[in-house]
Amino acid sequence: MEIFLQQLINGITLGSIYGLIAIGYTMVFGIIGMVNFAHGDVFMVSAFIAMIFFLLFTTVLGVSSVIMALIAVMIIAMVLTGLLNWAIERVAYRPLRGSFRLAPLISAIGMSIVLSNFIQVAQGPRNKPLPPVLSGTITLMERNNFAATISYKQIMIWVVTAVLLAGFWYVVQKTPLGRAQRACEQDRKMAALLGVNVDRTISLTFVMGAALAAVAGTLYLTYYGVVNFSDGFTPGVKAFTAAVLGGIGSLPGAVLGGLLIGLIETFWSGYFSIDYKDVAAFSILAIVLIFMPQGLLGRPEVEKV
Amino acid sequence: MAAAKTTSGPGGSIAGAARDAILAGVVALGIFGPLVGLKTEQNMQNELVITTRWGLVAIIVGIVIAGRFLLTTTIWPAMTRNKMRDKPAATAGEIAFRARLARWFAPTGLVFLFIYPALMVYFLGFQGSLKWVDNFGIQILIYVMLGWGLNIVVGLAGLLDLGYVAFYAVGAYSYALLATHFGLSFWLLLPLAGTLAALWGIMLGFPVLRLRGDYLAIVTLAFGEIIRLVLINFRELTNGSAGISSIPKITFFGIYSFELSAPNNFAKVFDLPMSSAYYKIFLYYLILLLALLTAFVTLRLRKLPVGRAWEALREDEIACRSLGINTTNTKLTAFALGAMFGGFAGSFFAARQGFVSPESFTFMESAVIVAIVVLGGMGSMIGVALAAVAMIGGTELLRELDFLKAVFGEGFDPDQFRMLIFGLAMVLVMIWKPRGFVSAREPTVFLNERKSISGSFVKEGHG
Amino acid sequence: MSSALSSEPTLRRWTADPVLTVEHVQMRFGGLVAVNDLSFEVGRGDITALIGPNGAGKTTVFNCITGFYKPTQGMLLLKHAKGDTFLLERMPDYRISAKARVARTFQNIRLFSGMTVLENLLVAQHNRLMLASGMTILGVLGLPSYKRAEKESIEAAKFWLEKTGLTARADDPAGDLPYGAQRRLEIARAMCTEPQLLCLDEPAAGLNPRESAELNTLLLDIRKMGTTSILLIEHDMSVVMEISDHVVVLEYGVKISDGTPSEVRNDPRVIAAYLGVDDEEVEKVEEQLDELTEGTTP
Ligand SMILES: Nc1ncnc2c1ncn2[C@@H]1O[C@H](COP(=O)(O)OP(=O)(O)OP(=O)(O)O)[C@@H](O)[C@H]1O
Ligand SMILES: [Mg+2]
Repeated sequence: MEIFLQQLINGITLGSIYGLIAIGYTMVFGIIGMVNFAHGDVFMVSAFIAMIFFLLFTTVLGVSSVIMALIAVMIIAMVLTGLLNWAIERVAYRPLRGSFRLAPLISAIGMSIVLSNFIQVAQGPRNKPLPPVLSGTITLMERNNFAATISYKQIMIWVVTAVLLAGFWYVVQKTPLGRAQRACEQDRKMAALLGVNVDRTISLTFVMGAALAAVAGTLYLTYYGVVNFSDGFTPGVKAFTAAVLGGIGSLPGAVLGGLLIGLIETFWSGYFSIDYKDVAAFSILAIVLIFMPQGLLGRPEVEKV
Repeated sequence: MAAAKTTSGPGGSIAGAARDAILAGVVALGIFGPLVGLKTEQNMQNELVITTRWGLVAIIVGIVIAGRFLLTTTIWPAMTRNKMRDKPAATAGEIAFRARLARWFAPTGLVFLFIYPALMVYFLGFQGSLKWVDNFGIQILIYVMLGWGLNIVVGLAGLLDLGYVAFYAVGAYSYALLATHFGLSFWLLLPLAGTLAALWGIMLGFPVLRLRGDYLAIVTLAFGEIIRLVLINFRELTNGSAGISSIPKITFFGIYSFELSAPNNFAKVFDLPMSSAYYKIFLYYLILLLALLTAFVTLRLRKLPVGRAWEALREDEIACRSLGINTTNTKLTAFALGAMFGGFAGSFFAARQGFVSPESFTFMESAVIVAIVVLGGMGSMIGVALAAVAMIGGTELLRELDFLKAVFGEGFDPDQFRMLIFGLAMVLVMIWKPRGFVSAREPTVFLNERKSISGSFVKEGHG
Repeated sequence: MSSALSSEPTLRRWTADPVLTVEHVQMRFGGLVAVNDLSFEVGRGDITALIGPNGAGKTTVFNCITGFYKPTQGMLLLKHAKGDTFLLERMPDYRISAKARVARTFQNIRLFSGMTVLENLLVAQHNRLMLASGMTILGVLGLPSYKRAEKESIEAAKFWLEKTGLTARADDPAGDLPYGAQRRLEIARAMCTEPQLLCLDEPAAGLNPRESAELNTLLLDIRKMGTTSILLIEHDMSVVMEISDHVVVLEYGVKISDGTPSEVRNDPRVIAAYLGVDDEEVEKVEEQLDELTEGTTP
């Protein structure tokens, strides 16, 4: 029971991070039908931005409140990562819009290589460890020397994820921007004819996806306390798995998928073998796609003849 | 593309361009400022400290501003003008010239490939030729073969396979395991590895090939990763991340050996001075022949009903079904055949390296092979070969940038920039030629006159 | 069944030896019933027209016949001239074409646009050529038996190129042809599969009067050859009246009329459906003709 509870807590934490990244994949896929392979690396860059600014605030500027520093870092990371993704879309994807279907995919793979290698060149190949922040845990249950605990960091991750998802949901459901996004998803040409600024809507979609990835990046950094230039790929692929599992194009699906992937991973490691946890995640992806290609909450694709 | 970009600056006026350039500079400052300007490094106490590099940031931002200004004021207008002018300029003479070029390119290239090692030895001597035959020749030809193998799946059948490297791994590990454990010969294991890879292709393909579009891409990606992770974790069989070493060398068809200690060592038998160059040259010709086998089979199949069905599948799957084509089987043959060539290449790779580990079979590898196929132009054999030469040869050439040390100081490691430039090149080539180097399609049969088909009619498949 | 049918003569030519019998077919998409309890026959050697207003469910019927959709209820029986019978609702789409020999064209043209006209026609002969190439193995070796088979296929293709007036464009990409030629190529491609039943989804849509007339000649030619029966969806009444032997009318997924062109033309329900008059007026017309409606229109 304690182990179960502990895995549940760890799984939800990990799943929140995957879910935040997954939204970026799902939104971009929904609006321009493209698998944005560079998104995992955008997430990695955001973690680096957070790391740099956290260091700047705490060591150089001497901000003493860790909470204040983290909030400031997260906002800065959201803004700068949004800017980065905006620039990437402008340079690498927009010129390819409406052309050959595989071209943006290859361009995105190229961009992913560029981002990880750029960080390697600019910041060096070694791990970047931060001094531990927000240490401390609450013990929930204890028996036979095994305690199920929840750490302050985990609580923070849950709260931040919940708050940001609520805000994000409001933007997508209730604002003109969200309406424009949904219109573009349905029919980009018609939306343009009705006066929706399609280019701007797509740009903003990239910015929003990146901002959420930056939240995930900041949380990832505080949770693990270390980041490396190669950390984009695996969380990226897992988040993508989450998006597909939940039904690509569906925002609640992305969050649900993220949570499921996080839970599968932690429970698998807890009960079976830590070695094969990624195999489990990928196998589930394959199985879901084969038997339920539309995912859990996605709309089935009808092929009109 | 130019039109889409220039709309942001009002009428391309200088003031507009300047405003645009400043904006680009601000964006660049936002991105590069912290990431380049504030370098984090670990000090003696293993704590991260920040060192600043504002000079470098200033240079980068300056380049971005200047580059953007030049693009909007001169380069894009010039390109637009060129486009306007070029359209009617494709005269009959030019078309004939292109056709002649296309006709002569393949034979000339082939002759060059066959005399390439001789040229290298002639100019650089046996020792000096090593690098050019091995790092360039063999390396590029492996990717040409992989590109041609994947071209059957992606280029002809239009099925996007992002896990192709799995079959490469199956081939490599088949040879590595069976040769080290049972001492079987390469010449026996080569067909076996190909068959095993093809079987894996069928096994993986069967459940997934009814998926459409990007889903197929993702499932193949997942399978590729699963195979790599199993190779890492199934330590009893594969020795995990440490990999398998001392894989036997390939023999000269069982007659001569290239192992130093063997009594029938090639150099000993012919009383030649010892050198690893003989083996490399032998390997070069072997991979050349394997690649040409791939090309031969593909070219033959294209003119047969299966090949036409592959291309028809890429054009319109529903129409195929309405004509009585069993699309599942057709996709499976493409998948299995592509996998088989991947398996051949894999066992060659294992023999050449003498060592395999899961490191060599990452998703990046699949991505590079897909990139070669798309950059080359889907379905075009020559295009794929050119793309392999450009991408793989180009990155290998970047290893030779040691002279930059003289410019930037000893601490400068040009090798770091290799993959960065590789990625940038991928993006730029796609923007420049979204359909790849050779986009035209050659018909497989004709009634009166062979005309190549403009790439704009050719579909890219959706699976 | 509507009462209009009860008054029809008991013996109809197309019921004697139907190539296709559709019985009580229903196709449901979630809550939408696109085709409901549809039964009709396609006579062997006839040109049968399936007409009805937009959204009536005509294309859906085609998709059920050719296996792209599985009907939620009902039976589709195809009978070859030699007597072999096939239950189409139980067969996967590609076998319907390969074994039951039903070919079709699409409302939104589906050609292999990056392949030449000739290649399109060779792909249509895939199964025969595949056998001749010994499932590829003999073909790779370049044996003469395959060469011969391919030559025959090219001859067959030439025959249909000639018939459809596309010989001069044989080596051009299909996507480069003008619209009318693409429609004809799609018919030629379907005919290259040597079908027992040819289903044409709005073949005359978008054609100019001259092309439309040529199409009529082509269809009558095919009919004269006697091996292929034709089922076509058409909006252009003049085409329907001119060439078809038998007309089936659908509205909102339900059959409202079935008979010879002249019978259907004079059926008040058909007139009402096509003129789009209110239900009330339909009733008025029908009352005048002393017929009862059962209110099939929602
Ligand atoms: N795959 C599908 N999923 C859901 N609804 C469908 C599907 N296919 C067809 N329909 C619906 O079934 C109804 C009949 O459509 P169908 O295409 O058969 O009409 P049609 O008679 O061919 O019309 P038209 O003359 O415009 O071609 C329409 O309401 C259509 O929206
Ligand atoms: Mg229709």
